[in-house]
Amino acid sequence: MSAASPGRRASVAGAAVLLACLAALLLMPLGVDKFYVQLVTKMMIMAVFAMSLDLLIGFTGLVSFGHAAYFGVAGYVLAYAAPQYQAASLWVSLPLAMAVSAFLALVIGLFVLRTSGVYFIMVTLAFAQMLYFVFHDTKLAGGTDGVYIYARPDAALGEWAGGWKPFDLENFVHLYYVVLALLVLTWIVLRRVLDSPFGRVIAGIKVNEPRMRSLGYATFRYKLASFVIAGTLAGTAGYFAAAQFGYVNPDLLGWHLSGSAIMMVILGGMGTLGGAALGAFMMMLLELLFQGLTKHWQLLMGCSIVGVALLLPHGLLGTVAAWWGRRATTGDTERTDG
Amino acid sequence: MDERAPILRTEGLSKHFGGLAAVREVALTCRVGELHAVIGPNGAGKTTLINLLSGDLPPTSGRIAVAGNDVTGLPAHRISRLGVGRSYQKTNIFLPFTGFENCRLAAQSRLQPSMRFFAPAHAHAPTRAAAERALAMAGLEGRADVVAASLSHGEQRQLEIAMTLATAPRLLLLDEPLAGMGAEESAQIVALLKRLRADHAILLVEHDMDAVFAVADTLTVMVDGAVLATGAPDAIRANRAVQEAYLGSGEAENVSS
Ligand SMILES: Nc1ncnc2c1ncn2[C@@H]1O[C@H](COP(=O)(O)OP(=O)(O)OP(=O)(O)O)[C@@H](O)[C@H]1O
Ligand SMILES: [Mg+2]
Repeated sequence: MSAASPGRRASVAGAAVLLACLAALLLMPLGVDKFYVQLVTKMMIMAVFAMSLDLLIGFTGLVSFGHAAYFGVAGYVLAYAAPQYQAASLWVSLPLAMAVSAFLALVIGLFVLRTSGVYFIMVTLAFAQMLYFVFHDTKLAGGTDGVYIYARPDAALGEWAGGWKPFDLENFVHLYYVVLALLVLTWIVLRRVLDSPFGRVIAGIKVNEPRMRSLGYATFRYKLASFVIAGTLAGTAGYFAAAQFGYVNPDLLGWHLSGSAIMMVILGGMGTLGGAALGAFMMMLLELLFQGLTKHWQLLMGCSIVGVALLLPHGLLGTVAAWWGRRATTGDTERTDG
Repeated sequence: MDERAPILRTEGLSKHFGGLAAVREVALTCRVGELHAVIGPNGAGKTTLINLLSGDLPPTSGRIAVAGNDVTGLPAHRISRLGVGRSYQKTNIFLPFTGFENCRLAAQSRLQPSMRFFAPAHAHAPTRAAAERALAMAGLEGRADVVAASLSHGEQRQLEIAMTLATAPRLLLLDEPLAGMGAEESAQIVALLKRLRADHAILLVEHDMDAVFAVADTLTVMVDGAVLATGAPDAIRANRAVQEAYLGSGEAENVSS
């Protein structure tokens, strides 16, 4: 199409910021304490979780209030897959955890996607809470206390590779880089999916679903696919969270975590992948900051959420992008692609 | 299939909204090479009829066949995939997307298989070409990169038609395509309809009587949900009942829209 120089400049700036962030994340473990390496590992896991939810909220227009279900269940899969006091194989337990969360999202999606709007929010919450109580009230996996995962997943390859172990997740720096790789991979996969014909269809569904149907799209199937992709990625994040924390408990699939994830997405800016990741980092930084200040940190947290909602209606990144767009655009011929 | 067999055929098609019979016992046909115009006063049930044909609404009773296949009760996306394209009276487009993306999305709906996750959408040349063709046909070639929300009202009406064309339909259901367009654009669309007629079946709902009589091969007059008369334009113009009920004293132009 025409040479859209404002758009080009904005995307060059975006790419530069992204590369700077990546460089910072790559170098970070070299210069800081173990505590911060572990903290950022956790942040990156939450960023993957938030990006997966943004696929639903920001890109498909589906406000799921039960996204922690897939996160938590994948953690439980790891707990079940690990023999007591021994490590589960990463190469078996990770695909298994992803498959289970994908299947769960498929089954739940078949029901919840028949509703929309407020009912969708309610029904996704109801399903997640049902699962929460399955783990909370039964002896399936330690009830309220949950279970410990004594050893992190083992990355050793099979006999065919001579049992070669490319990295060791017990090492916090290795875990950090594996999670960073996961973050980058998730970003690349989602970016590609969003730019694909499928991604354009879900964007259309978000804007005007009836028109998509009349153009010939079976919108239900597209929403279901989006729901399954999001659930699978949430499960991947949950798997690494369980591996890092060394335990699983029902809170990993509770509505509290589902709500936090929504706040991360809103804080950073719905419908921008970087925004969701940024929101996850911000939320956890604020949490840390406020927890250090007072034991009523939840109050301060609430105030900042309200503040962002009022002052930055498009979230942190959304507001910056809009500001940049206004500065760079001269005419009314601005392009929008998801 | 027989060339002259109608692509669209309805029998006893009715739609009730509670106690209101918006469409009653409508039987009509439309074949390739034919432009069948449906006219009638406000509230006659023309839009409801199109909603039934496109699958946007399920009929209360009656049957709809497209190319000989019974499609009664099929959802809108299935009917669309059979080669039925519709435009809306009330502009129904994707406001945040560019004109080009609106049409590209419409054209993309014809991909087989339709769900594609990896290759970039904008790299698919046939879809882009179809979108650009549709924009050009509707007279929007210079406006492809403008966000739909920034288009003028008339241009949005043109985009509505372009999107419908981009799905490559055999049967076009057009609900007041000229409403809200300037004289020049109207003339352009009328010329387009004349060209499309050669290899499409077109069902046109329109209040602009000059345009209707200029392009229609067949006219159906609807009043209160029912068909009052069907026939060639001259026969309809001469029809007593039509004159009394709708066309007034042979003066068509004063019909409000
Ligand atoms: N979804 C609906 N629910 C209830 N009543 C409806 C609905 N849609 C249309 N109607 C009613 O059905 C009747 C026919 O409406 P319709 O929109 O089909 O008329 P029309 O011929 O397209 O009119 P116009 O020329 O004004 O576009 C009207 O009385 C209208 O109020
Ligand atoms: Mg109407």
